[in-house]
Amino acid sequence: MKSFEYTIKDPVGIHARPAGLLVKEVKNYTSTVTIAKGEKAVNALKLMALMGMGIKQGDTVKVTVEGADEETAAAAIEAFFNANL
Amino acid sequence: MISIQGKGVSTGVAIGPLYFYKRTSATITRETVSDTAKEWDRFKAAQVKAIDQLGELAEKARQEAGDSAALLFETHQMMAEDLDYEESIQTLIQDEKLNAEAAVTDTASQFAAMFAAMDDPYMQARAADVKDVSSRIIGILTGAVQGGIDSKVPVILAADDLAPSETVQLDKSKILGFVTEGGSGSSHTAILARTMGIPAIIGVGDQVKKEFEGREVIIDGSLGVVIIDSDATTKSQMVAKKEEQRKNREMLELLKGRANETKDGHSIRIYCNIGSPDDVSAVLGNDAGGIGLFRSEFLYLNCDDYPTEDYQFEAYKKVLSDMEGREVIIRTLDIGADKQIDYFDLPKEENPAMGNRALRICLSRPEIFLTQLRALYRASVFGKLSIMFPMVASVWEVKEAKKMCERVKKELTEEGKAFSDDVHIGIMIETPAAAMISDRLAKEVDFFSCGTNDLTQYTLACDRQNADLGRFFDPHHPAVLRLLKLVADNAHKNNIWVGICGELGADLSLTETFLSIGIDELSVSPRSVLPLRQKVREINVASVKDKILENL
Repeated sequence: MKSFEYTIKDPVGIHARPAGLLVKEVKNYTSTVTIAKGEKAVNALKLMALMGMGIKQGDTVKVTVEGADEETAAAAIEAFFNANL
Repeated sequence: MISIQGKGVSTGVAIGPLYFYKRTSATITRETVSDTAKEWDRFKAAQVKAIDQLGELAEKARQEAGDSAALLFETHQMMAEDLDYEESIQTLIQDEKLNAEAAVTDTASQFAAMFAAMDDPYMQARAADVKDVSSRIIGILTGAVQGGIDSKVPVILAADDLAPSETVQLDKSKILGFVTEGGSGSSHTAILARTMGIPAIIGVGDQVKKEFEGREVIIDGSLGVVIIDSDATTKSQMVAKKEEQRKNREMLELLKGRANETKDGHSIRIYCNIGSPDDVSAVLGNDAGGIGLFRSEFLYLNCDDYPTEDYQFEAYKKVLSDMEGREVIIRTLDIGADKQIDYFDLPKEENPAMGNRALRICLSRPEIFLTQLRALYRASVFGKLSIMFPMVASVWEVKEAKKMCERVKKELTEEGKAFSDDVHIGIMIETPAAAMISDRLAKEVDFFSCGTNDLTQYTLACDRQNADLGRFFDPHHPAVLRLLKLVADNAHKNNIWVGICGELGADLSLTETFLSIGIDELSVSPRSVLPLRQKVREINVASVKDKILENL
């Protein structure tokens, strides 16, 4: 299992556009990716649940990646967060 | 060859296949199904088709506007196959034995409610995306067609009549002309056709039959005729007429950049009436001086719930910026009467034209009005905005509406939000009462704009929606023209300007009259700007004025 924390910099938070791009990114891997904010956690493949978290600028999320390709997936997803959020 | 006579309400000749409008708003039935597996397959098939359609739209958007434009549709695709969304539908079908349409409807409301309950306005607005995706799937399930037209080639669109909410959703690129069973010259189909500059024939009754669908028809808006399977002679005549109109249009194009000035030096401003921000290109394309009437209803008709301040702000901002400093007169919400919106939940009235409509609704439901005024004032920094109130009968109504404007300005100042301090306020003169007391109203506002459709209806006690009243509904009636003169005189005595934004403004047989009584501005559909300019330039006011005023 790999995980990392990330603080959202995008002024509108995880809105539809980056959430959609994130789902697309996660689909490239077989690992299960979970995004957690505080108590709440969602599977990163679930677009609407992810948007429903209402993650805003300044929020810190914990991203967990678990599965056969977790090494490459975690690195790619972290790069995705840095580039898009 | 079949020739059908109707009433032409927008000129021009169009030739193309006949197509009957397919209603999108089929009512959703709730049923209990026995074969849940079959129902689930129906949903899956509709979902796949919706995803395909969205893929096509994404591809089209990508080619036209790049990757970021495509992403909206791609997001919709992902919503359509969202795991939780799908699971909710599956549960409703398998456990509750609901039919697919009802399962999608319920799931859509549930997810839309989740977004609507979030504390972020951006996320709240996403409720509309879920509903949009869901109605696409429901549309496929019920066999309805998005946008009302499922044809690869442009068509002559036939319908009983089109509601305002339907006209805003039409795919305009697919329409060559309109043919409607009912309707009147001031119906929404007629107004849309004139804005688009395409022919429309109304009142053909049941003569245009469903079985004609797909056959070639010719419509001629100036003759009000619909021809099905025309013979070669008629067709070549019509093609020639179409060609002649094209040439006339070319002549008119030469008037672009010229002044709206009579032979003896009187000038008049020619503005446009529009119904959506998309119409601005037609306004600029026809060289109008500004927008004399922007019907803000489209914002409300386009939504399933009250449009938010931000949503309205973006639309007003777009029109103001696109008009590059030319005056834009936005009319505040004018619903009620013939324009009904479900979520306003207005009680049914015996006589809606004289009922709770327009400014009356705004003053009795201030929360709706204040949202619109806030959006307008915030947008005012992006161009030259004027605000116009519809359906005024008394001075106190105007005073109260102005007070609301002051309240909004105060709020915005406190919030540190920018607005222009040069927003003009005007009112529509549509009731005989407003015309009679225009001397007093003139002291309250910066301008008047006469809405001649309603002014005629109220003055002559003649329903504008009733096609049977034909000759009784006469906007040339001296009572209407005398009221216009009274309004113009009172405006000028108080140093404010007066315009006409009803259909009458484009009536070239009255241009001399309007100039004689001193109308300062005419606001017409974009296609009427250049013909009107041509007419103005042929007139010598001094030589006709005395005679016209004598006979008024």
